[in-house]
Amino acid sequence: MSTELSGILAAFFITLAMAWPLGRYIARIYSGERTWTDPVLGPLEKLFFRISRIDASQEMTWQEHMKAMLTINLVWLLATVFVLMNMAWLPLNPDGNPSMSADLAFNTAISFVVNCNLQHYSGESGLSYLGQIWLMFLHFVSAGTGMAAAAVLFNALRERQSTTLGNFYDYFLKSCTRILLPISVVTTLLLLAEGTPMTFEGKDSIVTLQGDTVQVSRGPVAAFVAIKHVGTNGGGFFGANSTHPLENPTYFTSLVEMVAQFIVPLAMVFAFGFYLKRRRLGAMVLGVMTVGFLLLVIPNIVFEMNGNPTISTMGIDQSSGAMEGKEVRLGSGLSAYWSILTTVISTGSVGAMHDSTMPLSGMNELLAMMVNGLYGGCGVGLLNFFIYVIIAVFIAGLMVGRTPEFLGKKVEAREVKIAMFTTLLSPLLIMGGTALAAWTLVQHPDLPWLNNPGFHGFSEMLYEMTSANANNGSGFEGLGDNNPFWNISTGFVLLLGRFIPIIGPIAIAGLLAGKKYIPESTGTLKVDTLTFGIMIFSVIAILTALSYFPALALGPIAEYFSM
Amino acid sequence: MKQHILPATLLTLCCLVLFNIIYPLAMYGVGLLIGPNNGKGEIVAARGRTVGYARLGQSFTEDRYFWSRPSAVGYNAVGSAGSNKGPSNPDYLKTVQERIDTFIAHNPGIRADQVPSELVTASGSGLDPDLSPQAARVQAARIARVRQIDPARVEQLIKAHTKGPLLGLFGPTTVNVLELNLALDAL
Repeated sequence: MSTELSGILAAFFITLAMAWPLGRYIARIYSGERTWTDPVLGPLEKLFFRISRIDASQEMTWQEHMKAMLTINLVWLLATVFVLMNMAWLPLNPDGNPSMSADLAFNTAISFVVNCNLQHYSGESGLSYLGQIWLMFLHFVSAGTGMAAAAVLFNALRERQSTTLGNFYDYFLKSCTRILLPISVVTTLLLLAEGTPMTFEGKDSIVTLQGDTVQVSRGPVAAFVAIKHVGTNGGGFFGANSTHPLENPTYFTSLVEMVAQFIVPLAMVFAFGFYLKRRRLGAMVLGVMTVGFLLLVIPNIVFEMNGNPTISTMGIDQSSGAMEGKEVRLGSGLSAYWSILTTVISTGSVGAMHDSTMPLSGMNELLAMMVNGLYGGCGVGLLNFFIYVIIAVFIAGLMVGRTPEFLGKKVEAREVKIAMFTTLLSPLLIMGGTALAAWTLVQHPDLPWLNNPGFHGFSEMLYEMTSANANNGSGFEGLGDNNPFWNISTGFVLLLGRFIPIIGPIAIAGLLAGKKYIPESTGTLKVDTLTFGIMIFSVIAILTALSYFPALALGPIAEYFSM
Repeated sequence: MKQHILPATLLTLCCLVLFNIIYPLAMYGVGLLIGPNNGKGEIVAARGRTVGYARLGQSFTEDRYFWSRPSAVGYNAVGSAGSNKGPSNPDYLKTVQERIDTFIAHNPGIRADQVPSELVTASGSGLDPDLSPQAARVQAARIARVRQIDPARVEQLIKAHTKGPLLGLFGPTTVNVLELNLALDAL
């Protein structure tokens, strides 16, 4: 077996092996049991709550949870816009970079608050170190927000009737301090040892061996890159993200960064099983997600390792694969694996430029974001998957002619309506947004948006909207997106694509939690079985195909057949 | 919502202290201790001066040096980026064909099927420091001719600077271009 493939297998199985114990630990954190981190971090959290005048033991209803979440997110959003628009005169700006324009600050602030990290700027020239560090703060808290929402879901699905579901601030802070922070520290240490910089000095100037004078951007990279992955944020320190040799210096750091971004989403699935003491259900969810993941990632590895077929006709040696936009130290295999990993779990950090991947690889990257629940981002992945589960339960109930039930709670019209609304929002935002962009471009053909002609140009716009809605943050980066149209349109897509898919599932979970618990009987639909797993998978496949096939046919599929 | 504004703001301030001050400063401190060049990025010195960053690729276009890969940004280390050209873009495909022709013109005797794809495609960062061993070997004859040295010595040099997979098991085999060219100059 080639060393490229063994590297991919190592990346996957190392994460799987580490996510199991981490999942158990996360379940203990959210159920308030004692853990080994209590002695150090417990007093710190108590201090934070005392300063903030928060009673962390006060139970909240699902509505109060959402109010707390939206309020604190609003605080972050306003503060971030202020920082980004005033970086030029604020401290920690050794390179003298300018402040952001209003529309760019609007887009960037939303993008980082919602854990997306679409970047319409380049880190080298678009941010001061203060700006970078501020975004690093959002890396932590935006991931913590998603995880806190997942914890509310866990709490709501327990076998009891209740309207209160724990305390939002408690879930949020512990997600940040007990889970994200320790993993980030370990990741930073590994990156530092491999040569990722961590300095507050500005640009360096050197004369190369050939005699050219070049400047080199540096900065506090290591700490930033660690949490960028652990929190499935994905916003890069440098413009080229994790293809940049200072963000990702070696093959070893590539493995570290891949494990770091994958481990929390995977552990959350294990934690779901442990927390509810329904390990078979957890295994079923993991199984469905993994099948979907493999169906997307295996073709990409094959396409990218085989190389660009049009370039093959030029007669050159394609044994390295399709190397446009890829780095030699990663190789085409690991780059392809990364391209799907980062899109299923909503990280959006890239180890290769997606714009230059093969047409059907690009389609799989799009599909991964359109489904957005195969593992999914920190916490929110499970919320998206929960919506698919509710729809599957409803359809299965119709098929066998019973009132649908999930974990001992009746699923009724109101819950199904919310699930439908939440699911249908994605195609509306993605395709409505793309249609608006395409229409604008037809009206003004001279707009310098597209970096590629024809079908691929359409894919660039489709990708940007999909990435915004999925809160992913990767891009077909050829798109000229730092202008008011893209900054503002994706800004709104980002907001809706973040908060509706959190509020929807939490509302359903809250409503279910308030219902009477019906113990399992012979007539209950068993949800932890292979049959139900296939049912969920079919629901995901059918919903995705029906919603997105026409758009995909105009972009990547048409490009594939034209090559 | 109103009753949440004060606690949310205060909790945000606490988190800022932890994640924006304590965390980065602690990591900065560790970087001073364990990071190469005190966490400022590993540099390479030769001829009594700094000639580059170990991890960052630089432009080599002269025939006496091993060429680096094409770069969409001309190895500009303050503006990293890939070309973002789509696989079916006609202009892009023309560029690739031109790169193949240029390469063969500078390396007479080399056939197209000996030219590996990474030598005619731009990297993701525009700063790729590496080549595959084949991409270095295919330039060996040119280097030997221009520098008037034994081709076997150039081959030997490539072999000596080839880095195998991680632990011999994982990932591609690479050659660092700057390192290789420094070794050439030292011959």
